[in-house]
Amino acid sequence: MLKVIKIRKGLDIALFGAAKPQITDLKADCYALKPKDYVGITPKMMVEEGDSVMIGSPVFFAKEKPEVKFVSPVAGVVKSIMRGEKRALEAIVIEAKGEDEYVDFGKADAKAASREQIVEKLLASGCWTLIRQRPYSVIPNPAASPKAIIIKGFDTAPLAADYALLMSDCGTAFQTGIDAISKLTDGKVHLNIGKTSSADCLLKAQNVQINVFEGKHPTGNISIQIEKLCPLNKDERIWYLDATDVVTIGRLFEDGVFKSDKIIALTGEQVIETGYYRIKRGSSLAQIFKDNVKSEDNRFISGNVLTGTRIAADGFLSAYDNMVSVIREGNQYEFIGWMLPGFKKFSISRTFPYGFLRFFCRKPVSIDANLHGGRRAFVFTGEFEKVLPLDIYPLELIKACITEDIDKMEQLGIYETDSEDFALCEVIDVSKTDIQQIIKQGLDLMRKELGE
Amino acid sequence: MKRMLRNMFDNLNKKTAKGTKLHWLHSTVEAFESFTFVSKNTAASGAHLRDAIDMKRAMSLVIIALVPALLFGIFNVGYQHYLSCGETIKEVGFWAMFGYGLLKVVPMIVVSYVVGLGIEFAFAQRRGHEVNEGYLVTGMLIPLICPPDVPLWMLAIAVAFAVIIGKEIFGGTGMNFLNPALVARAFLFFSYPSQMSGDVVWIADKADAVSGATSLGEMMTGSVLPSSSLLDMFLGFTPGSVGETSAVAILLGAALLLITGIASWRVMLSVFVGGALMGITFNLFGTNAYMNLPFYYHFLMGGFLFGAVFMATDPVTSSQTNTGKYIYGLLIGMMAVLIRVVNPAYPEGMMLAILLMNVFAPLIDYFVVQANIRRRTNRWKANADNKEMK
Repeated sequence: MLKVIKIRKGLDIALFGAAKPQITDLKADCYALKPKDYVGITPKMMVEEGDSVMIGSPVFFAKEKPEVKFVSPVAGVVKSIMRGEKRALEAIVIEAKGEDEYVDFGKADAKAASREQIVEKLLASGCWTLIRQRPYSVIPNPAASPKAIIIKGFDTAPLAADYALLMSDCGTAFQTGIDAISKLTDGKVHLNIGKTSSADCLLKAQNVQINVFEGKHPTGNISIQIEKLCPLNKDERIWYLDATDVVTIGRLFEDGVFKSDKIIALTGEQVIETGYYRIKRGSSLAQIFKDNVKSEDNRFISGNVLTGTRIAADGFLSAYDNMVSVIREGNQYEFIGWMLPGFKKFSISRTFPYGFLRFFCRKPVSIDANLHGGRRAFVFTGEFEKVLPLDIYPLELIKACITEDIDKMEQLGIYETDSEDFALCEVIDVSKTDIQQIIKQGLDLMRKELGE
Repeated sequence: MKRMLRNMFDNLNKKTAKGTKLHWLHSTVEAFESFTFVSKNTAASGAHLRDAIDMKRAMSLVIIALVPALLFGIFNVGYQHYLSCGETIKEVGFWAMFGYGLLKVVPMIVVSYVVGLGIEFAFAQRRGHEVNEGYLVTGMLIPLICPPDVPLWMLAIAVAFAVIIGKEIFGGTGMNFLNPALVARAFLFFSYPSQMSGDVVWIADKADAVSGATSLGEMMTGSVLPSSSLLDMFLGFTPGSVGETSAVAILLGAALLLITGIASWRVMLSVFVGGALMGITFNLFGTNAYMNLPFYYHFLMGGFLFGAVFMATDPVTSSQTNTGKYIYGLLIGMMAVLIRVVNPAYPEGMMLAILLMNVFAPLIDYFVVQANIRRRTNRWKANADNKEMK
C-alpha cells in the first residue's frame, strides 16, 4: 500500500463547467509558439515568414542556452511572426498545410541509451523544453544534474482535467519516457499522483517512486510536493515535468518523432458543451470556442482560472497547459454590491453566505473576473497562511519582493515557490493585490542577479 | 434611480478627470462612487477570479459590530447624567435619556468623521490613491473611547493629530504602526490631563454633589472593591468612556467579529488569558487592596474589554504572524493589568498597553520570522555538510 501524504491547508473552489469525459479529435488551421510561455527565454529566430516547416523543425532557440530549441508542432508554413512592444516576440504563427510530416530523430532504446544520447535527442527534438527546473520554473541547463526529478500526475486546480483521460492513449510511451528521464538524474524520480487517481499507466509505472497526495488545492502544485518529498535548499536544483509530457518524450524514443498531440480539457461556466479534445500543441482554440460559448462578454483562459494566461477568442494554447477555461468577464458596475448579502457570490470570508456554506456542501459557485473592489494597502493579516501549505511567511515574502530585498527573499524561501503557489492568496486578498505578479517579478530579479 | 446615479458619477468623473479644474475633487468623487457602485474593473493579471469581499465590506462589518456599544453608550451618557442629578429612568423615561445622549455623542461622531475624513480625502488625492476605508472604523472608535464631556475642539485636534501623525505620515491605512484611534486618545490624555482625568469628565454635565469616579478611579484611590456591582459593570450602567462600559454590548460586537472572521480570535483570546494570568498572579501575592481585587473585575472595569475586542485586534498594528499574535495579545493583557495595579499615575492601563505592544509588534514578528529563516538556513547547512561528508 502506498503511503498517502496528507496536506491540510488549502482551498478547493468548486465551479460550474467541469469537462465531460468525452474526447473529440480536432485539427486546427493555425498553430503558434509563444516565447512568453517560457520563463527567462530570449528567442532567436531560425525561420522566416513563408518558410515551410515539419513537425519537429526548429523554429527558434534560446539566446541564453543556444542548444535549447523550440520546434514546430505542425507541418505547414510560417504565416506570421507577431511582435509586441519593443519588438518583443509575441508569437510565431504556423499555418497547417498537407499531411503530418515528421522530422525523424531516430528510434532509440531508452533503457540502453546513455545520458548524453538522451539529452542530445531531447534537445534536438525540442522535448527538452518540456522539462523545467525549480527554482524559477525555467527550462534547465542540459549540463546540470538535478537532485531529483518530479513528475506531476494530478492537478487540484479548479475544474482541473482528469489525468485518466489526459493519459488515456499513452500506451507504453509513459513507461518509456520514465526510463529515459530517469537517466537524467542521480537522485530519485518521483511520480506524484492524487488519492483518487485512476489512470492505469500512472498507477502501474515502474522505476519511479510513486507518491500519493491527498488535500485541497494547491496540493497539486510542484512546490508543495517538493517540500514534502525533498525540500529544495539554496544551490540545489530539482527538475519537473507533467506526466502527459513524459508520454511525448516516450513517443520520441519509441517512434523517433516529436508527437505533438495532446489531450486538453475544455472547461468553464461559459462553455456550452464541455469536454476533452485531442489536439496538437500550440493549437488555435478558435474552432473549439466557436459557437460553443455563451454570448456574453467572456474571458478565455489557457490554463485554469487561478494561474492561466488570458487569451483572445481565437487565441492559442499555451505551452504547458492541458486545459482551457472560459468564464464571464464581469466588467459591469454593481450597485452597492459590497453591501448586498450576495447569496450567489464566491467568497471564503464568512461575511458572505458562501463562506459558511462551503463547509457543508460542495455546490459549485458562479464566478467572473471582476475584482469586486478597489486596490488597497495590505490590512488584514493571517489570511494567506490558510491557503498556503508551505513553511513560508507569505506576507513577509510578498513585502520582500515589493521592496526588492534579495537577501530577505532568499532567506524567506522564495526558491521553494513559484507564483502559482500564491494564486489562492491573490484570490482571497481583501486588498486586491496582484500577488502573482509581485512574486514573478521577485523571482525574475533573483534570477537576473544570481543566475539560474 | 440606479441609472440616474450612474450617469451622475459618469458626469462627475469627466468633470474631475486629470487636467480639469476640479481634479482636486477626484478622490472624493471616487470615494463616493465606489460606495454606490462596485467598480467594473476586472483582474488584469494573475488569478482570474477574486473573492467577493473588499475593504468596504470588511470595515463596515467592524462598524456594525460597534453599533451595540454605540447605542448603549448613547443611552448610558443620558442615564449617568440624570442619575447624577438624582433622577432615575422611571422619572425621566428611556427616550429622554437616550435623547440627551444623542445630543452629546452625535456631535462627537460628526467632528471625528468630518475632520478625519477631510484629511484622508486630501491625502488620497495628493497620493493619487483611492480613499481607504480604514478611517470609517477609526472615526467611530474615537468617540467611543472618549469621555462624554470631552470638548469638541479638543476632539478635533486629537483626530487631526491621530490621522496625520499616527497614520498618514507613514503612508496611510495599512502602513501605520500605532492604532490611530488610540493615538487620538493618548493625545487627549497627555495634552489635556487636567480636563481628561479625575472624576469630572466621565459624566456629562454632572451635578457637583455626585462623585463621578469610575471603577478604575475608585480602585486607584484605595477602595477595596469598586462601588458598582459586577452586574452593573457587566451591563454597563457605570460612568466611563462612551462605548466602553457595557460588556454585553461589546461581547455582541465580538461575537459578530469572530463569526465573520474579521477580527483575530488569537489576539482576542490571548489578551484575556494575559489579563487573567496577571490578575491571578497579583491575587496570589497580593499586598494591597488593588492586588487582591479578583482578576475578573479587570475584564469589566474600564476599557479592557473594548480594547481587547476592537483595538488590540486591529490587523495593521498587531503582530502579523499567527504565532506573533498570541504573544502580542498575551503581553497586552498582562501589561494592562500590570499598569493598572502597580502604576501610581494612570488609572487605565489598556490604552498604554496596546500602544506599547503596537510598538513591539514588529519586533515580535521579527523573532517569529527569524525562527523560520533559521530553520531554512540550518536545513541548507546540514545538507551542504552531508554533501561534503560524502
